[in-house]
Amino acid sequence: MPLIAQPVHPGAGAVLARLHAIHSEQGYLPETDLRAAADELAVPLSQLYSAAAFYPAFSFQPRGRHTIQVCLGTACYIRDSDRLLEKIETSLGVKQGETTEDGMFTIETVHCLGACSMSPVIRVDEDTYGRLRVDRVTRILKKYRPGEPGEKGPEEQGI
Amino acid sequence: MKIKTPSDLEKLRDHGQSMLFPQGPRVSVGMATCGLAAGAGAVFDAFRQAADNLRFDLTLVATGCIGYCQEEPIVDVRMPGLGRVLYARMTPEGAGRLIRSLASGELPHENALASVPEEGPDIPKSAEVLSGLLTINTLPFYAKQHKIILRNSGLIDPRSIEEYAVRGGYHSLRLALLHLSPQDVIDEITRSGLRGRGGGGFPTGEKWQVCSHAAGAEKTIICNADEGDPGAYMDRTVLESDPYTVIEGMTIGGYAIGASHGYVYVRNEYPLAIERIHHAIETSRESGLLGEDILGSDFSFSIEVIRGAGAFVCGEETALIASIEGGLGEPRPRPPYPAVNGLWGKPTIINNVKTWASVAAIVEKGAEWYAGIGIEGNTGTAVFSLVGKIANTGLVEIPLGLSLDEMIQGIGGGGLDGKRVKAVQTGGPSGGCIPADLFHLPIDYESLKQAGSIMGSGGMVVMDEDTCMVDVARYFLNFTMEESCGKCTPCREGTRYMYTILTRIIEGEATPEDLALLEEIAMWVKGASLCGLGQTAPNPVLSTLRYFRDDYDAHVSEKRCPAGVCRALIRLIIEPEQCTGCGLCLRECPVDAVRGEKKAPHSIDADLCTRCRTCYDICPEGAVEIVR
Amino acid sequence: MVTLTINKTSVSVPEGTFLLKAVEEAGFTLPTLCHHEALAPYGACRLCMVVIIEPHRALVAACTYPVEEGLVVETDAPEAVQARRLALEFLMSRCPGSDVIGEMAKKEGVTASRFAMPPSEKADELCVLCGLCVRVCRDVIGAAAIGFIDRGTERKVGTPFELQSDACIGCGACAEVCPTGAIRMEDRGNERILHTWNTRIALCACPECGRFFTPQPTRFLKEMLPEIEAFWDVCPECRQHKTSRQWLNTTP
Repeated sequence: MPLIAQPVHPGAGAVLARLHAIHSEQGYLPETDLRAAADELAVPLSQLYSAAAFYPAFSFQPRGRHTIQVCLGTACYIRDSDRLLEKIETSLGVKQGETTEDGMFTIETVHCLGACSMSPVIRVDEDTYGRLRVDRVTRILKKYRPGEPGEKGPEEQGI
Repeated sequence: MKIKTPSDLEKLRDHGQSMLFPQGPRVSVGMATCGLAAGAGAVFDAFRQAADNLRFDLTLVATGCIGYCQEEPIVDVRMPGLGRVLYARMTPEGAGRLIRSLASGELPHENALASVPEEGPDIPKSAEVLSGLLTINTLPFYAKQHKIILRNSGLIDPRSIEEYAVRGGYHSLRLALLHLSPQDVIDEITRSGLRGRGGGGFPTGEKWQVCSHAAGAEKTIICNADEGDPGAYMDRTVLESDPYTVIEGMTIGGYAIGASHGYVYVRNEYPLAIERIHHAIETSRESGLLGEDILGSDFSFSIEVIRGAGAFVCGEETALIASIEGGLGEPRPRPPYPAVNGLWGKPTIINNVKTWASVAAIVEKGAEWYAGIGIEGNTGTAVFSLVGKIANTGLVEIPLGLSLDEMIQGIGGGGLDGKRVKAVQTGGPSGGCIPADLFHLPIDYESLKQAGSIMGSGGMVVMDEDTCMVDVARYFLNFTMEESCGKCTPCREGTRYMYTILTRIIEGEATPEDLALLEEIAMWVKGASLCGLGQTAPNPVLSTLRYFRDDYDAHVSEKRCPAGVCRALIRLIIEPEQCTGCGLCLRECPVDAVRGEKKAPHSIDADLCTRCRTCYDICPEGAVEIVR
Repeated sequence: MVTLTINKTSVSVPEGTFLLKAVEEAGFTLPTLCHHEALAPYGACRLCMVVIIEPHRALVAACTYPVEEGLVVETDAPEAVQARRLALEFLMSRCPGSDVIGEMAKKEGVTASRFAMPPSEKADELCVLCGLCVRVCRDVIGAAAIGFIDRGTERKVGTPFELQSDACIGCGACAEVCPTGAIRMEDRGNERILHTWNTRIALCACPECGRFFTPQPTRFLKEMLPEIEAFWDVCPECRQHKTSRQWLNTTP
């Protein structure tokens, strides 16, 4: 019996970029968008779904308005970034991987943000904060609540 | 401007000359990710604001990484007629003051890190104004460094193709395309002794030769910028600070093996690096330095950027290829090697960012020059991220063969806060921990391997007397366990079980049989795993068992953590006689476990306390005791 | 042809053959889970480990290692035996209820697993993540109805969104290749139910006898495989009667 398969699909090379595009636009990967993408790229839905489920960058659930990424890379871990995670979890009342009830914050851990000389480091959306001590965490989180005075942006340096 | 001929290149350089060495002052603010994380954005804005207010004519540049990362934000000020100075830990207020000084014709010493002996025109060699400042190459951090991969980093505007050209950019590409054959280029790289800087250390020229000879009409080039090792950020820095050299290197590589298209696969966690390499590719395309018939030759080359999605395993070359092909980042068995059968089945050269960044320098200055740097079998330079419990953190580029001691004590300045350095972890989660009594070892591929570690991509994390090596081993196993793709049995099941055993050890619930089992499973995972992730995952465990057996034994037999770290094995108490009630620990405790009135001795609620030791670290009176 | 030595036995195989085949040709056996003749080798289960003695000592998976002239291999060198045993011990602890794994382990000298893992939510776990079902569906059948989901120890096989897959044609190839019987499939009434994939596929009804037989979505094969076009017309029993009658009518 001849093989009837076409395992390499022409649109396959665009899968990763498409997942990024949907995620950037929607903040997560809705089922309808994935199904539409599979049709458009002429790639099996299972391939798209498997890729989406494989990579940590993608979420099937909507995230909070702000994503807090706590770096648990080696340099940050050695300089006790786990304490920062504890502080953030205690302040917000949710654990890593979860979103606050008011939908404001999602806490994630990352294995390295690549700012190792500034350890310990966290990132909130596009803003990276380094050389952190636990007490600065509260001030940083305040900046992302609506109605708080002052602009968002990285803190000045200082221990 | 379009660059179609060598004389166009000359015009590009001339244009860049006046940008890199303007008539008036030039202020460059280090604005790679580290700088931005330290507040460089606000500093940059402050310079602009102050200059505008004074109507002061200033060339203000957002440059890349200047290397001495812990001193960020760093500012490089070039004042024709006066000199050039690097300033450290700049603030917006400091920026305002600096502009006022420059406007009155002075180059101040406040916050100056060092003076920079100039390589451009019109700067006096010895100026009164510079006396009292160390020159940059006498600073211990910089003294033994030799910048090849980072030769432009922090010196040019990473967006400017003109400035890149002034510093020698595209000289090599012109040489290769118009005067050398593809085989000539391969020979040059082979003779230089360049070895893969991603960690494997495989001779680059040899790999290129295999690919060049491999059957197949279409070949391809990949730049592996999926730098996943936690603690390593060299690749990010090169892309953010000198993206054109990566492009030039890849183009030369494409010419050498006969590829017309290349990919840069960048980690998702590096948005600035992605933006900068995109920009550099666009600019190169518009200038004609990427595209058809480059520099009037009949060689065409294009590059595309692929954004990763957070999986560490995609740094492994076959997994990276699988990822580009649209599926899971699952590694494939080797052989066949990508050089013969790679992306879409085509012969593929995949090299690390730092390897590509070395190519143009080698082609420009020649194999003999490169081979004369470093030591036999380990030629040239490598970049290391020196981080962790060390006084001077940053990116360090050294000739291979320098000793760990020279790196850690000489360049790094020894342990942070004067503490005793216990070990250095090299090579990321694939590497091992090398104890302090082996710091006489040279930094080269073979020496580090024999010591039970690997050079890896260049991550170098320093650990001190307050680090528990068993905890470190467990940390790395947690990492590899979570990053395992799950395809093969040993890595998937073995790393998880090793992690379980290590957890028992740090919780004081392990037996000597557990240690024997740990070693047995570690050897199996190392020998039987499908890919490099699994094969190297046990290295942190095996190296700490080798060098820090006493620590393990203490945890197992005595249920004691000698470093006072493992949370299940310690208690924290505040000595009432020493506590002044300053309240610092109360404010800083991540879980609000400290109680006390102002000026009265505080106490720790043992039920809430997670033993994170924040209070121990910050108490100004040293009133917190760790009870082991 | 390439000549190599396996367990001191010389064997010659065509170039491009993988070591596992050469081992079988030489008359020896190795346990396998993720290997299948019809599929490209995958190298996941790590059961078929052997030790290469010459030219350089190395522990490799036989199914994915291409033969080389002059290779000297030992299938029962200590590292290989130990590697197989540990793999089986872990698979036993993953699937304590699997007789298939238990039998394979016993053959390798393993009767019990030292690794008590935390009790799995699915105490009847039979899947060893060999990937045969995913690969046959994708590479041989071309439907790609199932795939791997998640990474590491969370890895499992499933349909997109764990819902019925539109791509499934109900052919049952996945259940056929599964080495441990982890895929539950039954024909019930007018449906084929693949319990493991939350999938129900309608079956064709036989115009002659009314019984339900082949899955309807496989109809597309009629055009591609004209020599068996008739297989969709009536159920296998009625076809057999029909064919027998034709023979009886035409035989002199």
